[in-house]
Amino acid sequence: MAFVQMVDKNLPPSRYQAVKFGMWIAMVSITMMFGAFTSAYLVRKPVGNWYEFKLPVEFFYSTLILIASSFLMEWAYRSYKQQEEKSYKVGIFLTLLLGIGFIIAQVIAWKALVAQGITIDLNVSGSFLYVLSGFHALHVLGGIGALFVSNFVAFGDRYELTMLRTLRLDLVRQYWHFVDILWIYLLVF
Amino acid sequence: MSSHNTSTKEQDYLIESQGYDDHFHEHHHGDKYQMNFLTTYIFSQDHKMIARQFLITGIFWAFIGALMSLVFRIQLGFPDADLSWLKPFLGKWIVVNEAGIGKLEPEFYYALVTMHGTIIVFFVLTAGLSGTFSNLLIPLQIGARDMASPFLNMLSYWFFFLSGAVMFYSLFLSTGPFSGGWVAYPPLSALPQASNGSGNGMTLWLVSLTLFVVSVLLGGINYITTVLNLRTKGMTMWRMPLTVWAFLVTAILALLSFPVLASGFFLLIFDRSLGTSFYLSDIFVNGQILDRIGGSPILYQHLFWFLGHPEVYIIILPAMGLVSEVMSVHARKPIFGYRAMVYSIMAIGFLSFIVWAHHMFMSGVNPFLSNFFVVFTLIIAVPSAVKVFNWIGTLYGGNIRMNTQMLFCIGFVSMFISGGLTGIFLGNSAIDIQQHDTYFVVAHFHIVMGVAAFFGMFAGIYNWFPKMFGRYMNDTMGKIHFWITMIGAYAVFGPMHYLGMAGVPRRYYRFDTFDAFKGFDDMNKFITIAAAITFLAQLVFIINFFYSMYKGKKVTTPNPWKSNSLEWTTPIEPGHGNWPGKIPTVHRWAYDYGKDDREFIQQHIPLRDGEQHSSH
Repeated sequence: MAFVQMVDKNLPPSRYQAVKFGMWIAMVSITMMFGAFTSAYLVRKPVGNWYEFKLPVEFFYSTLILIASSFLMEWAYRSYKQQEEKSYKVGIFLTLLLGIGFIIAQVIAWKALVAQGITIDLNVSGSFLYVLSGFHALHVLGGIGALFVSNFVAFGDRYELTMLRTLRLDLVRQYWHFVDILWIYLLVF
Repeated sequence: MSSHNTSTKEQDYLIESQGYDDHFHEHHHGDKYQMNFLTTYIFSQDHKMIARQFLITGIFWAFIGALMSLVFRIQLGFPDADLSWLKPFLGKWIVVNEAGIGKLEPEFYYALVTMHGTIIVFFVLTAGLSGTFSNLLIPLQIGARDMASPFLNMLSYWFFFLSGAVMFYSLFLSTGPFSGGWVAYPPLSALPQASNGSGNGMTLWLVSLTLFVVSVLLGGINYITTVLNLRTKGMTMWRMPLTVWAFLVTAILALLSFPVLASGFFLLIFDRSLGTSFYLSDIFVNGQILDRIGGSPILYQHLFWFLGHPEVYIIILPAMGLVSEVMSVHARKPIFGYRAMVYSIMAIGFLSFIVWAHHMFMSGVNPFLSNFFVVFTLIIAVPSAVKVFNWIGTLYGGNIRMNTQMLFCIGFVSMFISGGLTGIFLGNSAIDIQQHDTYFVVAHFHIVMGVAAFFGMFAGIYNWFPKMFGRYMNDTMGKIHFWITMIGAYAVFGPMHYLGMAGVPRRYYRFDTFDAFKGFDDMNKFITIAAAITFLAQLVFIINFFYSMYKGKKVTTPNPWKSNSLEWTTPIEPGHGNWPGKIPTVHRWAYDYGKDDREFIQQHIPLRDGEQHSSH
């Protein structure tokens, strides 16, 4: 979000690179945070007192939704660069919809978990699941915020291909792929 | 200035003719960053203003943190003294008994120790040190107009400010601030019922430090991006001053380790408020068994120290960078072993991630695992020793200017050696069985990362004050400040080594009730008096700082120290964008001192015909 706002109106190429680079570094630091969670998980699991349970199937549906939205995002970005206005708008709108769909699917999945009796304070294994998926959902919400802005720009402003808008869309795209891959990593866990 | 050195006019000409034109002022009618009071002084996006904000906030916190240490030192040195005179300041934390003797509440003693650690480690030596100088020096020394993202940079300061405001508020809670030690180990930190400070005090502590992590990350992203992407033409990595190298590695460490701390905090927050048991197992509070089972308090320690150890290098590396630069300038010699310095910064940075468990030798980790951490801990002594050797090598045969900043550099090296050597004791897991949690540890880390980092910071402040405020600090007052601080710091922490070897544990409220420790009364009194005198010397610094800001001797030349790096090619009071016209192009490294009979050659001055690059 902040990256989208901060870009100056007049954008020299060095800044273009710098801003993209800053985004990668931000991703590295988010990765470290989730790395810490998953290492804690790995350290804790073999100690015992660990309830095994089956993941609710909703988590797999949400995964499909997120992967699909990632493809749509890529499509929207390429369409934008190739000046295909219509598919760009459709793509960016559908990405946003699927992003929101992912969050809804996650909420349903959490409800299914609670229905199974696995609440956050039952056992550490369940706690970890909520923490991992919950923090991931927060990061997706950040991405959805950025997608909202992208949609406002796509539908509110007149279409034109500029460096600045390419950069902004590129940042949203990269972040979106990032949370997608992050989720797959967490799911595999 | 001697005829070898370029005059100001020539310099401007050089920058205009050789510099890199980024069309800085073309669309520029008045500066949108400095339009009114609010955008200039409060919500500034200019890196130099943000640096000053970090510095002054840091000084404020240092003052608070030092005051706290004085209060608990009085308690330790004079446990029977009447403290009712502190009642106007501390209110209900001083309890006056029937005989009219005022006593410090033991609960509050712990809170003071905890807050002293938290404030000095995070607010002063992380934000106040690297926040100040990374912001000030990175853009100026690499030839950039500003940070990659001035907006995030502003946010970084304001998150820090907010974090400080929350912590400050927690000092005035009726249950007091958090009191379970600055490391906030569970279960004390995880159970609100565990102690007074573990309630709202701990909640605010967590909120404050989470905001702080955000601030550090925003800053770190900016520093790394700026150094790697916005260097001016000709400024290769190997031409950067060591300060910039140190800030770069510091920012990388912060970026990799602070998120892990955040993870640890989040799990702790869940344990506190959602009933999870990440860190809790088999606990009795007030005779009641809790139903929390299955957690491990060691897990928190792992997550905490995975940050905690890189954190000490986040504190000391910027100080090392500042000292290297200041030392080279004021010894009028190239820094000895520039590349070795860079490689040892990198080595220290890398090793800092694989030594964290040396903080946990006594917490029940596998002793075989400990061996691994012992080895890497001791290996850190190698790059550290390389740096010490190079500093001494830089001084050797130099034409040394014994001004305040140089004294602080030498003091830094002295402190770093003394504190580093005791680190080798503590790094051994066997010796640690005796030494852990004693005053030996307290003395070790105060000297090596407390006092040493402060000395680096002071060297930086005295040296770059002219750049920050266009005036000099008073050198005589500076020297008084240095000598009292130097002697005082050894007087405070030297005897603590002795206490520690005798097994005196840290964090105790008083020692005269223990047979084993009551023989040290006089030593504790001595330490307290030394601490009070050292504190008074810091007041000299604060008076000097604020006096010089308004009334100090004005700087009349852009390059008062005859230094090579780019920040001294800007006007005396640089505006937004740092250079009024073009950005200078760099032709050489930052340490061409005493080359070919020229006293110093600034980085933007081209090679003469037939002149070779200095080999480094």
